Amino acid sequence: MGIGIVVTSGKGGVGKTTTSANLGTALALLGQKVCMVDTDIGLRNLDVVMGLENRIIYDLVDVAEGSCRLQQALIKDKRFENLSLLPAAQTKDKSAVSPEQMEEIVTQLKREFDYVVIDCPAGIEQGFRNAVAGADQAIVVTTPEKAAVRDADRIIGLLEREKMGMPKLVINRVRPHLVKNGDMLDVEDILDLLAIDLVGVVPDDDHVIKSANQGEPAVMNHESRAAIAYRNIARRLLGEAVPLQPLEQKAGVFQKVRKFFGFK
Amino acid sequence: MSSWRMVSVEVKQVTTAKSKVTIKGTKEGLVFFMDDTCSFEELLTDLREKIEHSHQQILSGPLIRVSLKLGKRYCSPEQQEQLTDIIRQKGNLVIHTIDADVISKEEAFAERLKSTFSIQVHTVRSGQVLEFEGDLLLLGDVNPGGTVRATGNIYILGNLRGYVHAGFKGDTQAIIAAAVMAPTQLRIADVISKPGEEWASSSGGTEFAYLEDGTMLVAKMNYLPRIRPELGERKH
Repeated sequence: MGIGIVVTSGKGGVGKTTTSANLGTALALLGQKVCMVDTDIGLRNLDVVMGLENRIIYDLVDVAEGSCRLQQALIKDKRFENLSLLPAAQTKDKSAVSPEQMEEIVTQLKREFDYVVIDCPAGIEQGFRNAVAGADQAIVVTTPEKAAVRDADRIIGLLEREKMGMPKLVINRVRPHLVKNGDMLDVEDILDLLAIDLVGVVPDDDHVIKSANQGEPAVMNHESRAAIAYRNIARRLLGEAVPLQPLEQKAGVFQKVRKFFGFK
Repeated sequence: MSSWRMVSVEVKQVTTAKSKVTIKGTKEGLVFFMDDTCSFEELLTDLREKIEHSHQQILSGPLIRVSLKLGKRYCSPEQQEQLTDIIRQKGNLVIHTIDADVISKEEAFAERLKSTFSIQVHTVRSGQVLEFEGDLLLLGDVNPGGTVRATGNIYILGNLRGYVHAGFKGDTQAIIAAAVMAPTQLRIADVISKPGEEWASSSGGTEFAYLEDGTMLVAKMNYLPRIRPELGERKH
């Protein structure tokens, strides 16, 4: 039996879908059988970020309504043999699926996959309730902005009522130089307020935007600092003790050597 | 009606030696001590007797305040009304207080609720509301967007960053104390205040908010004995 992980945030635009895509891919790269589920019915985009949009035949709503078998709706990612996607419907809205149906679908998926990564829509309404219904664990994504942290706090409060363990925190799109100047909340401030376990800090990285537009998850890029951060999150989820990357792009030995040999 | 009149006459004859209602004069006015072992009817009869006949000369003249001491007798509001009706016959007698040593279970329960002291271990997150009758000790933080309300005092052993409303049913004596006072907004009774108005944001250390002449003020904890000395003995 696998584990259902819901990726949620409350606020929109903090990187839930990006985190879902990269976390799912990173887990698959680490040899886990992973299925990603997009629950953002009506505003789906996990398929776009993964570059699988043109392969959708059936979707989550079709499965819930019984118009197709679960297997028919799953899209196998050809780049990673362990990775599948269950896309959301684009034509319906959140009420097209009930939390009970979601729980049933995720339970079915957990029999087949090691990890079911559920991408949650923004907000705290039906879409959120659907997304958390089948999950055993939650990852709360926030950015170092007051509004995002406030919404994350609200979401953690709601998650506490669900039958799952303490949610884990991903702080996304951290800009080290802003934090350094005191213009952005730092990791300590956020942890002090939210008081949950940190599972990763992802630096703001142009690679992420570029790869999302190309339909390739950022983790595939080995240059990207965000990619390293996502891979580390996946390793931590698997129980490995990976230290946090230093945020500052310090001129370490590695970089000095690279400079010496004329790279960059 | 006539039957009890007959009984009462009989009782009166038997108990003339010991009066059911003892009237004493004090600086504050007259105090009526009511016997709490006889029946209520006997009490009414004796009171009526005293007011209408035997003590008429003492009970006339300028306005006098009257306090009723019921002892260990429980009187329903209707019964209290009966007593006061008799006394009010004399235009110069004004009922000031009615006191009994006993209260009903309901009143006792309400009283207990008012003085309950709850301990909560909880982080009050954005959108969550914690509401209590009585005093509240919260072991945890109140995050921005979180709300804590109590009819009494609120003590927070943690970071107070959200909304806290003490004495929300109108107790202006209530206080809000917090290990770290950095609220979004504070309310005591009907007074709403936010940092930067009458008081600045936390200087660090444990502080408490209180009302003085309808204005909210925040002081260091060591001022509490001076400002609310009664807090320690008031309850529990």
